[in-house]
Amino acid sequence: MLRFILTKLGVLIPTFLGVTLIAFSFIRMLPGDPIELLAGERGVSAERHAKLMADLGFDRPIWEQYFSFLWGILHGDLGVSFTSRQPVLEEFLTRFPATVELAGCAIIFAALIGLPAGIIAAVKRGSAFDHTLMGISLAGYSMPIFWWGLLLIILFSSPDMLGLTPVSGRLSALFWIDQDTGFMLIDAFVSDEKGAFKSAVSHLILPTIVLGTIPMAIIARQTRSAMLEVLGEDYVRTARAKGLKPLRVIGIHALRNALITVITVIGLQVGVLLAGAILTETIFSWPGIGKWMIDSISRRDYFAVQGGIVLIASIVMIVNLLVDFMYGLINPRILHRR
Amino acid sequence: MIKRGLLATAALASMLTMGAVTAEAKTFVYCSEGSPEGFTPALYTSGTSFDASSRNIYNRLVEFERGSTIMQPGLAESWEVSEDGLSYTFKLRPGVKFHTTKFFTPSRELNADDVLFSFNRQWKADHPYHKVSGGTYEYFSGYVSFPDILQTIEKVDDLTVKFTLQKPDAAFISKIAIDFASIHSAEYAQQMMDAGSPEKFDQEPIGTGPFQFVSYQKDAFIRYQANEDYWSGRTPLDKLVFAITPDAQVAYQKLAAGECHLVPYPNQADLAAIEANKDLTVDSQEGMNVGYLAFNTEKKPFDDKRVRQALNYAMNKESIIKAVFQGAGNAAKNPLPPTLWGYNEEIQDYPYDPAKAKALLAEAGVTDLSTNIWAMPVKRPYNPNARRMAELIQADWANVGVNAEIVSMEWGEYLSRSQKGDHDTVLLGWTADYPDPDNFLSLLNCASAKSGGNRARWCHKEFDDLFQEAVKVSDPEKRTQLYEQAQAVFKEEAPWVTVAHSVVHKAMSNKVVDFRIDPLGGHVFYGVDLEE
Repeated sequence: MLRFILTKLGVLIPTFLGVTLIAFSFIRMLPGDPIELLAGERGVSAERHAKLMADLGFDRPIWEQYFSFLWGILHGDLGVSFTSRQPVLEEFLTRFPATVELAGCAIIFAALIGLPAGIIAAVKRGSAFDHTLMGISLAGYSMPIFWWGLLLIILFSSPDMLGLTPVSGRLSALFWIDQDTGFMLIDAFVSDEKGAFKSAVSHLILPTIVLGTIPMAIIARQTRSAMLEVLGEDYVRTARAKGLKPLRVIGIHALRNALITVITVIGLQVGVLLAGAILTETIFSWPGIGKWMIDSISRRDYFAVQGGIVLIASIVMIVNLLVDFMYGLINPRILHRR
Repeated sequence: MIKRGLLATAALASMLTMGAVTAEAKTFVYCSEGSPEGFTPALYTSGTSFDASSRNIYNRLVEFERGSTIMQPGLAESWEVSEDGLSYTFKLRPGVKFHTTKFFTPSRELNADDVLFSFNRQWKADHPYHKVSGGTYEYFSGYVSFPDILQTIEKVDDLTVKFTLQKPDAAFISKIAIDFASIHSAEYAQQMMDAGSPEKFDQEPIGTGPFQFVSYQKDAFIRYQANEDYWSGRTPLDKLVFAITPDAQVAYQKLAAGECHLVPYPNQADLAAIEANKDLTVDSQEGMNVGYLAFNTEKKPFDDKRVRQALNYAMNKESIIKAVFQGAGNAAKNPLPPTLWGYNEEIQDYPYDPAKAKALLAEAGVTDLSTNIWAMPVKRPYNPNARRMAELIQADWANVGVNAEIVSMEWGEYLSRSQKGDHDTVLLGWTADYPDPDNFLSLLNCASAKSGGNRARWCHKEFDDLFQEAVKVSDPEKRTQLYEQAQAVFKEEAPWVTVAHSVVHKAMSNKVVDFRIDPLGGHVFYGVDLEE
């Protein structure tokens, strides 16, 4: 077990260094710098440009800037956002709960629908249900998020159409609740404002569906194929031959083994969710890290972008690591493999 | 037991009444277009930050009348200008209270120390607050270059402040009426400094304005409530919420669904639908801006004014504006917008006349001219679609034998390379910082030709002398005359093609009463009301 953990961690360190290098260099490769964008149409004199760049530390040699970025990471300091003048880590942490809340709901939504759908499709392979489901999931998988989001808003939120859900945001502007945890469902629940929790839930519905659509499609397809593979195995046939109830064969014997693939897929969705969150958050004015990253990139806020990328990548890496450990728990053979 | 029951009932009753009060409170929801960078206007340059701070929380010594550019007393009741135009003495309004909030209770009213604090923070490098929150003051140090204008700021007595200038600046009063010159509480600043958290001063603002800050949930809401003690009278609204909604399409849907009352920048494409909706209204006003095409007058053949005039004649401005602005813009003949004083009505624009253009090009000995048109990659009110505009200009110029290639690049690079003069011709524009012709015409003077803000790189002695003279005199009539003359020189010399002044639109619910479009592009909610 220890060996397993050490090997996994050994891979993580170079990956992490690679991420820091990419995060640091890519934003600087974009043409235009923060001072020019700030000055806009007015222009900025060469002297003032040089002074402001120096104030931000951008006049130092590039390798020195990179090492001070690494040094900062080791000390938990990701620098100060050029736009808000506040520490990047703080900026990230105040927005992160919003993204976690949305991504969490989206993955639960995706798994709750994708898993059973995939299982049923596998069991009823070749049936009309199977074909329909695979067709829908292919459509879901290829869905352009931006278009899908706007379509749902027009359909469900527009007063001329259904008018059922709010258009955007996390809460109606009429509720004035304190942000204690940053998780709106919790904050609204514990607040004394009547109706706030309902408002928070109703604001979550559309973004959850939009962000959950692609993972749901992937989960459904992967569950189906994993189940099909397992259902063809000898031990399943044996179980059936022993006269076990079909539900028990599918639920215990087949599903447990199929889950290894499915959990990997769900784990990998964390990356997809964080990427999808960028668009979903933009459409629904959802105040999470996705929207913050987009704003920071367009403002060439170097510290915010490089810090944000490193934090997001770290989260994806940690989740993948946890997924690896979970395999071990589900399938102990992996732990002992040399 | 009975006592506890009574208490509970009383608590419940009070909660219910509180609930009732909240329900009746007039809450105005504004679908703002983005997140503010912070709440101290002097630190920032975006209109989004100004809307969230200076325009609703703070006051300035001198202010603009709501919905106009007419100057009126703000925190200064009155002011005097010395004969030589070098000193300005402001009498402060007595009895002005700073906001009392959860995080600050003022112990005194506004006085001269607050004015000194607000300016010295931006000016003096050794001021304890100078470096707080990044310490760059782009307006103070860059745009209005106060370090080159100010000599001293003195406290004469508690309610009198005297500004002395290094040289006369006729636009000084307009300049101190804009956002960066908002007045802060020196007492609050000291309190935050003593508490060891001076940056809080810029995040939890205290001002004297009609609304006071309640809370900011990043990228989501900014909440304000009415300042009960506002010196100019309490505002009719009880609460004001900025619901941050960057996507204009989504903002329109929110407006239609009744989730907000006003959308600042509706999509052109949605305007017809908004106007057709019986619950919504669109208000429009000519914006204080200009979109132009600048010729690089340092490059041949654009150093020859006949060539510049010819290319003016060659452009069919009306059809360009129709295609690019779709009704949201008017043809421009001057570098100043017509809503600004000093605008020269007499000027005749170059009419569309390809024959004349060809003749002028021939006269200048220019044949087979190959050039470029730089098209901005971003949407701006003064030019919503630069690429399309460039294509139309390209076609018009081709008719007179000029072959132009369209060049486009990333916005930051576009700005810096056009500043260095890499272009032949470039599309750009300007929106007023302060309502003074000086703000527009300084884009065309010799100093900015040198620094690069003058994209035509045009330094013309006669124009520059008129410009310099107008900054020195304080008599408004004389200044108007000088600016009118300068515009005539500009038109004759044609360093730009003045293309358009945009029209701004605000979409709002019919419940909104008395919202006035600010010609300077701000969103001011003082005096606005909501119908039941």
